[in-house]
Amino acid sequence: MTSPRIAVVSAGLGEPSSTKLLADRLRDATLRALAGHGQHTEAVDVVLRPLAQDIASHMLTHNPSEALAAAIREVVDAEAIIAVTPTFNMSYSGLFKSFFDVIEEGQLASIPTALGATGGSARHSMVMDTAMRPMFSYLKAQVVPTGVFAASEDWGTDSGLERRIEREGKELADLMVALPRRREADPFDESGEAFLSFEQMLGHA
Amino acid sequence: MSSMQFGIFSVSDITQDPTTGRTPTEHERIKGWIAMAEKAEEVGLDVFAAGEHHNPPFFSSSPTTILGHIAARTERLILSTATTLITTNDPVKIAEDFAMLQHLSDGRVDLTLGRGNTGPVYPWFGKDIRDGIELAIEHYALLRKLWTEPVVNWTGKHRTPLTGYTSTPAPLDGVAPFVWHGSIRSPQIAEQAAYYGDGFFHNNIFWNKEHTERMVRLYRSRFAHYGHGEPEQAFVGLGGQIFMKPTEREAKERFRPFFDVAPVYGHGPSLEEFTEATPLTVGTPEQVIEKTLTFRDYVGDYQRQLFLVDHAGLPLEEVLEQIEVLGTEVVPVLRREFDSVRQAGVPDAPTHAARVAAAKEAGTQLGEQGSTWRAQGERSDLDTGAAIARQGGEAA
Repeated sequence: MTSPRIAVVSAGLGEPSSTKLLADRLRDATLRALAGHGQHTEAVDVVLRPLAQDIASHMLTHNPSEALAAAIREVVDAEAIIAVTPTFNMSYSGLFKSFFDVIEEGQLASIPTALGATGGSARHSMVMDTAMRPMFSYLKAQVVPTGVFAASEDWGTDSGLERRIEREGKELADLMVALPRRREADPFDESGEAFLSFEQMLGHA
Repeated sequence: MSSMQFGIFSVSDITQDPTTGRTPTEHERIKGWIAMAEKAEEVGLDVFAAGEHHNPPFFSSSPTTILGHIAARTERLILSTATTLITTNDPVKIAEDFAMLQHLSDGRVDLTLGRGNTGPVYPWFGKDIRDGIELAIEHYALLRKLWTEPVVNWTGKHRTPLTGYTSTPAPLDGVAPFVWHGSIRSPQIAEQAAYYGDGFFHNNIFWNKEHTERMVRLYRSRFAHYGHGEPEQAFVGLGGQIFMKPTEREAKERFRPFFDVAPVYGHGPSLEEFTEATPLTVGTPEQVIEKTLTFRDYVGDYQRQLFLVDHAGLPLEEVLEQIEVLGTEVVPVLRREFDSVRQAGVPDAPTHAARVAAAKEAGTQLGEQGSTWRAQGERSDLDTGAAIARQGGEAA
């Protein structure tokens, strides 16, 4: 059994990316808070930029490349997600959305989730509530109350960014401890509860 | 009888040839299918399987019509489907059409049932795609009844009830055509195939081997669970997709323009990536043999292997050339190689003759073509209530 893992999904396109930077800070804050709960947790980075072409191919063929399949596995097997996107046209980036679009329905139900977004100015900060939260609600993830938006200026001034990051990390850690995710049963596992026998399908059982 | 059956299956797409810009007419493609089936028989292939679609750019809306025509022009070829839509077709019409085809072809027919994944087809035929699995379960249960009981009394959720209904003609020799259940993703359909001890056809042409292995493993395990035999005694069919030339370089050069813009996977992964991830082989006949032999490594000994050879706008002459190479250079080697490693106790591919012999032995045959059928029918027709009561008693 490996240590519990957090998947840190970042959809930044730049290199280096402020989106990845925010994701790293949220990750570190969460791990610190978990350590406070006496939990040793690992984090794995799922950076979407190198997977962009594989994600497009997967949408066309339903066939994930090995790298994309591994990234999807990291996310659906994780105990929690930190998901961070740049803001494009008042919403998450297409790459961010497409990655979650190729994950099969139901796979993220009940997973504790922390959201973050970056943008040029604080005027874009509503992306968290108008775009990200509705999508994760649809996916039936459990999303923590705080969402950190980092505008370009936040990286230079004392705008309380660090405080917000700490708070969100603590919220995610608390949620992971209090309400750990429930795993969806595998419909291919004939001894599992998600398996539907033929008698059940016929309505006789 | 051969232990494995090899053949071709087609989705019936009408696609522009990207190298010439020419799109064949429906008429050309329909006649092309006949030429393909005749060529398949001529070069020793076993099966021609017709897809079913009800929307352009596909033409195959009426598979039993076209298969009936092919039946008249061939002698040995088994006529099958890929797939017959069990959801949106009336099971009563499926029972009638395929029993008729069985008679016309002297038993050279089986069918693969599928749900269909084209959303609008469901409402066009008065159904709801959200009922897909339920329709597949209910309609097939009725189809089986129609093929095994002389007089059917039936009520269900998705079709008007039947009282005192006799499906005509009765199945040839009192034995229904063999049924494969086709599914790409749904464990429920693997379960359905296993429950009845029918075949399971997994069209793996767009899927990686891990997925295929998981589907087939579930089917085999449940086949044994329902008491039809050992897991390796189940009936498995697979797809494949090939394009061959004498050298790999020629094959790739010729096929790449078709691949790059093909329906379904075009504009996506490269030919090389898709070859790596899926059963697609573009290369020499030897490479096709090598790759196809690996299928057994993850599904076990299996009964039917169908290849897609005619899609994405490939011109007919080239398709016929592929069938020729398949029949003369590839399949003879595959038969020999698969047979040499086949485990004892694995059943042969299903044929009508073998099924009639087995039904005679088990006493489940419905008697002389129609006569017992008729005699039983006359009795049951007199009293529907008694027929229902008797069926209830048999079920208990």
